Parts: sequence; C-alpha cells; structure tokens
Amino acid sequence: MNREIKVASGKAVMSGPDVSRAISRIAHEIVERNQGAHNVVLVGLQRGGTWIADQLADRIAQIEPGLNVPNGSLDVSMHRDDIGLRPIVPGAISDIPFDINGAVVVLVDDVLYTGRTVRAALEGLNNFGRPRSVQLAVIVDRGHRELPIRPDFVGKNIPTQINDEVEVSVDGVVITAVQS
Amino acid sequence: MAEINRRPIPKVPALRGKTVVSLFFEDSTRTRLSFETAAKRLSAETMTFSVSTSSVNKGESLRDTVETISDMGVHAFVVRHKSAGVPWQISQWTSASIINAGDGAHQHPTQAIVDCYTVREALGLTALNGLRVSIVGDIKHSRVARSNVAAFTLLGAHVTLVAPPTLLPANIETWPVKVAHSLDDVMPSTDVLYMLRLQSERMDQGLIPHLGEYSNRFGLTETRAQKLQDSAVVMHPGPMNRGVEMHIDPADLPNSLIHKQVANGVSARMAVLFDVLARGGELNSLQEESV
Repeated sequence: MNREIKVASGKAVMSGPDVSRAISRIAHEIVERNQGAHNVVLVGLQRGGTWIADQLADRIAQIEPGLNVPNGSLDVSMHRDDIGLRPIVPGAISDIPFDINGAVVVLVDDVLYTGRTVRAALEGLNNFGRPRSVQLAVIVDRGHRELPIRPDFVGKNIPTQINDEVEVSVDGVVITAVQS
Repeated sequence: MAEINRRPIPKVPALRGKTVVSLFFEDSTRTRLSFETAAKRLSAETMTFSVSTSSVNKGESLRDTVETISDMGVHAFVVRHKSAGVPWQISQWTSASIINAGDGAHQHPTQAIVDCYTVREALGLTALNGLRVSIVGDIKHSRVARSNVAAFTLLGAHVTLVAPPTLLPANIETWPVKVAHSLDDVMPSTDVLYMLRLQSERMDQGLIPHLGEYSNRFGLTETRAQKLQDSAVVMHPGPMNRGVEMHIDPADLPNSLIHKQVANGVSARMAVLFDVLARGGELNSLQEESV
C-alpha cells in the first residue's frame, strides 16, 4: 500500500509504478496482437514518446527473449498543420535507422489528444517508406479528438477539460487545470 | 533541418502555400541554388528572376520590378545585388520578407550562418570560445568576411584577418579583429583557415602588383598547408580560383570543409526560410497572448 504519488501543481492521476505497469501491459499487447512482434518496429514521437518507446523496446525484449525490436524517433514539427501558430521545439530530430517498408510500425506517444500530432506523424512516416500497417500506442487518451484517429494500445483513458494540461513522465501522470 | 536532408525523401510540407522569389542581380551558383533547393524541400513555391531575360533590360527600375513581383503575392524575396543596402531598400517597398543573399561588399549573412554551423558541426562544438579563425584574402571587398567576422566573434572565436594592406578596409581598427600581413606567420596558430576568393578585377585596380606575387604570399600551397596543425580545418566560400588563392586541390587537404559548406548551405537556408516564413511574427504574437 505504498502508493507514492508525486503531486506537482496539479492532480496526479497515475503514479510512477502505474505508468510502468501500463508500459508493461502495452508491451504484452503489442506482442500478442502481432503474434510475436517479429515484424514490429517502434517509432517514438518527439519528444514525449521517445522514452516510452525505449521502455517498450526493453520490455518486449524481456517478453520475447532474443527479439530486439528496432526503435526510432520521429519529429513531426515540420508536418504539423498549425505551423506558425505554436512554438517549434528546436533540436528534436527524426532518427529511423532501419527500413520501415513492409514493417508493422507502432507509433508511440505520451498523450493522445486532438489526433493532429498522429496525423502529422502518419504523413512524416511516408517519407521513410511504406509500412505494412501502423498501430498507435499511448499512455494517456485524454479525449477531445478532432480527427478520425483511435489508439490501438492505451495506458489509461482519462477524461479531461479542454484546457487541462496533461504531463506524463516516469514519475506518473499529472493533470493541471490551466486558467484561461 | 540537416536531418530532413538525410531522409530517403528529403521534403516536408512546412512552407506549403508560401512563395519565395530569388531576385538575383548578380551571378551566383551555390547561394541561389541552395536557397531554391531549401525552399523546395520545405514545399514552398519558388520563382526565379534572372536579370538577363527580364524587363530590367527594357529599363524597368528596381522599385517597379520589386513592386510588380510583390503584387503577384509572394511571401519572401531572396535578394542579391552588387550595391550595398539594396535588400534594406527593397524592404521599404514591399510587405514581403527580405532575405539578404549578398549585397555589394556589405554583408552575406546566410553564408556566415552556414560557415559557423559547419565549424560547430565539424569540431563538435556549441560555442566557439577561443577558437582561432584566420580569414585570408580580399577583406576590403568581401561581404563574406564582414558577415563572418561578426558571426565568429559573436560565438566567441578570435578572428585574424590576413591580407596585404591594400586589400584591408580603411576602418579596420574599429573591427574586433587582429590583422596580419604574413600568411606563413599565422598558419601554425590557426584552427580555422578561411580562404577568400580573389576577384581578378582587383589587379586591374592596382590593389595588388601582380597576381603571381599575391598568390605566392597569400595562396594556399602544398608546402604552406603543411604548416597547419593537424586539427586545423580549411574553408572557402566558393567559387574557388584554382591557382590563385587555392594552389592545392582541396581534395588533397585532410581537413577541408569546403564540400561540407555547400551541403550545409541547403540546411542552413532551410532554417532561415522557416524562421522567416513560419516562425516569425505569428509565433511572437502567440507567445504574447499566452503570457
């Protein structure tokens, strides 16, 4: 019963161990869905999704010994539809040092919100090749979709207000209500 | 941006719907083509203006030319002109963004951005504190030298200008640089050797007595190159005068960054175009609103 939940300024809705367990479960689900993950590659979305993709790769290697799932990163800022409306994170790069043609690409992000980041990621992925299929894994689905996009693997569905801020880290998930 | 250029398909839709015009009143290969490549890789539309086939030949003034193109709905002009200050002057006549691609002997800012990025990338440095940069050649007429002195100094490097007194500007003592007149003396204490192109018309103006003499004293020969430290890098903004300032084939130099400079030219100009067309005013106003 030692549930240590770090409270920043907002409300903690998942603890660090909760996030870790969610990542473990998603790793199992990825392996199950793809009958062993032999053709699976992970692509973490910059910047919130990369550390999660790293952990997923580790867990999958534990579940399926000897299977090293290729793990890359994708920066979608140049593919967004709101360029000029929001700041661009400098220094984030795409690094996909393997062939995605014919692979099952699992896009990994921390929070699924409007779906616009995922749309940009699908477009960006095209520049690297033609995957056999693309799946989506997120730690938090907070709703408020603006595009017809749904996740394949979800850590937790968390209803939010539209101007909440959701922050995912190894220490847990924190929701902060932003006064507007 | 450099990462985008390494992708199998090096194109992103960031500047869709934007139009970039290259307005070059002076000849150029790498600057114009790298700007146009940069614009295309960001999915901007590009238009090319070439003086020789334009109405400038019918006597159309610079202002009318700019206003005509501006009326077609362009978002940015990339301007090169033989007179200093033309990009600023054009900015008074149009609401489009202006990027200076070299104006007279004044400035060539994107070249300096390319060069500083190239040095930082090659040496794995962020700041250039204490780095010894020697710029050699016709400083007086060089916009590249002016922009690079400003940029390298800003990043903390120490710049030494190496040239005969006739090829140094009159107000050199106000520049934040050291001056040397012997290339041989500075070679051993140089980390970045930056060779400038000697424009051949300088000889006609009586600024150098003889091309061979200049070449002997300020050219990069094989024997002279051996005086460089092993870690020193060599740069040149192009186009090279082989046999004048460059006696040695850059391919024979162990640490030539000359090809890197050209390759990085596209990435750096993508960053400039993106900054001007997609990140500028709109972002600032957004930040002010959200604060």
